Amino acid sequence: MEQSEVMERVVKILTPWVKDEAALGQISMETNILDDLKVNSARLVDVVIAFEDDFDIEIADEDVDKVNTVGDAVNLISGKL
Amino acid sequence: MNGSDGRKRVVVTGMGIIAPNGNGVANFEAALREGRSGLKHQEAMAEAKFGCTVAGTPEGVDELCEKTFTTEQLLAMNMNHRYAGLAAIEAWLDAGLELPSAESDEVHWETGAIMGTGIGGMDTIAGKIVPLTNAAKIRRMGSVCVEQVMTSGISARLSGLLALGNQVTTNSSACSTGTEALSMGMERIRAGLADRMLCGGAEAASHYIWAGFDAMRVLNRKSNDEPEKASRPMSASAGGFIPGSGAGVVMLESLESALDRGAPIRAEVLGSGINCGGHRMGGSMTAPNPTSVQRCIADALADAGIRPEEVDAINGHLTATGADPKEVGSWARALNREDGSLPPLTATKSMVGHALGAAGGIEAVASILMVEKGFVHPSLNCEDVHPEIEKYASSIPHSMIDMPDLKVLVKAGFGFGDVNACLVFKRYKE
Repeated sequence: MEQSEVMERVVKILTPWVKDEAALGQISMETNILDDLKVNSARLVDVVIAFEDDFDIEIADEDVDKVNTVGDAVNLISGKL
Repeated sequence: MNGSDGRKRVVVTGMGIIAPNGNGVANFEAALREGRSGLKHQEAMAEAKFGCTVAGTPEGVDELCEKTFTTEQLLAMNMNHRYAGLAAIEAWLDAGLELPSAESDEVHWETGAIMGTGIGGMDTIAGKIVPLTNAAKIRRMGSVCVEQVMTSGISARLSGLLALGNQVTTNSSACSTGTEALSMGMERIRAGLADRMLCGGAEAASHYIWAGFDAMRVLNRKSNDEPEKASRPMSASAGGFIPGSGAGVVMLESLESALDRGAPIRAEVLGSGINCGGHRMGGSMTAPNPTSVQRCIADALADAGIRPEEVDAINGHLTATGADPKEVGSWARALNREDGSLPPLTATKSMVGHALGAAGGIEAVASILMVEKGFVHPSLNCEDVHPEIEKYASSIPHSMIDMPDLKVLVKAGFGFGDVNACLVFKRYKE
């Protein structure tokens, strides 16, 4: 799967939890999920479940801890496809 | 703005409702006047081989949620939260207040919530927590299970939706929950500790909530083929209650605050009583002590400064179990009307079923509408009045009655645990 397609699906999955909708318009691999998109940190476990379901992968807890930016998520997921 | 006793006067400035026979106060009022039942066959109960397969569940809630909440909010809200949130937002707007912006850091320090529930987030417990735990899939629960099943979840949700900064809590006293919530909110405002309190109750529509009651054989099993006739308070043919669900929320406010901001005033809450029968004198975990019921009604009247003969109408607990004749007897004794001259006896549960922790909230909205608009709604399905209360038969309205002079209505709710709560509403006059 192309990285751009993974990115597109990651953004779509994140969207319901994004509180700063303006930040969605300028999203990039460097965008921080908590600080820039204002996703509630408690909801990250829900985002990870949604990643797992959408891409049919499993994400270990220790991998979740390394995800800060949209790019971190895209790279983590791409590595499992 | 204080009463002659020095306490702050408390009025109703807003209401909201999600009920089996109508969502929104205007629809609900029309349903009450028409005597419209919201009870229907429930396939989930039939599939699980319940003895009773009828219940009252609000309709059209998904559409209302989509219009009212964000996707992020809905991902975290179970049925109990949705009913409570919809009713509370309606009450907030009805009170002439503006919804706070999610971006604003303004907190309403003088506004709180006492939002009760009887069983709570059972749909989440049964639908997610138990099956996922049994399947050893703990992390699949995600982040929202705790806030959905913690008993205070519904009041906490209202705080987030409306930026409430005063006391925010959830009370729970079985089927007297909603009535008790209004009493507690009234006391807080009277004491000068809050200007406004959103009070009421919510209960989800879930056959998992109702299963235990069916096992106790306290649900009516004899009317499955005629759902609208299944809830029969005060009738000889009453065979148990019909479960209901939804939410009723009332904005209580100090008269001072309401007048200051030119808020609409629907009614005044004059007083209340709360007590427990101690599981003595005929009371038990599941049956009310009649003496405590009478004391509760008398306490409420005394607190309100109302004489028994001033009561113009009653909104009873009246569930359609064997307790109805005793309840009517208690009303008669407490109001000195044992000669058979009780004022109109209204049983809202005949239309919506017994909404458990939401019952008091939903029925408080019905009671306030009757006081404000001057009518009593019909009590359905009791053409065959129970023989033990035959002498009070003429007090039961079988269709809506206009009562332009209705000034004082007393509403009571009783619950498992032998707990009682009673409220006195009066038409507002300066």
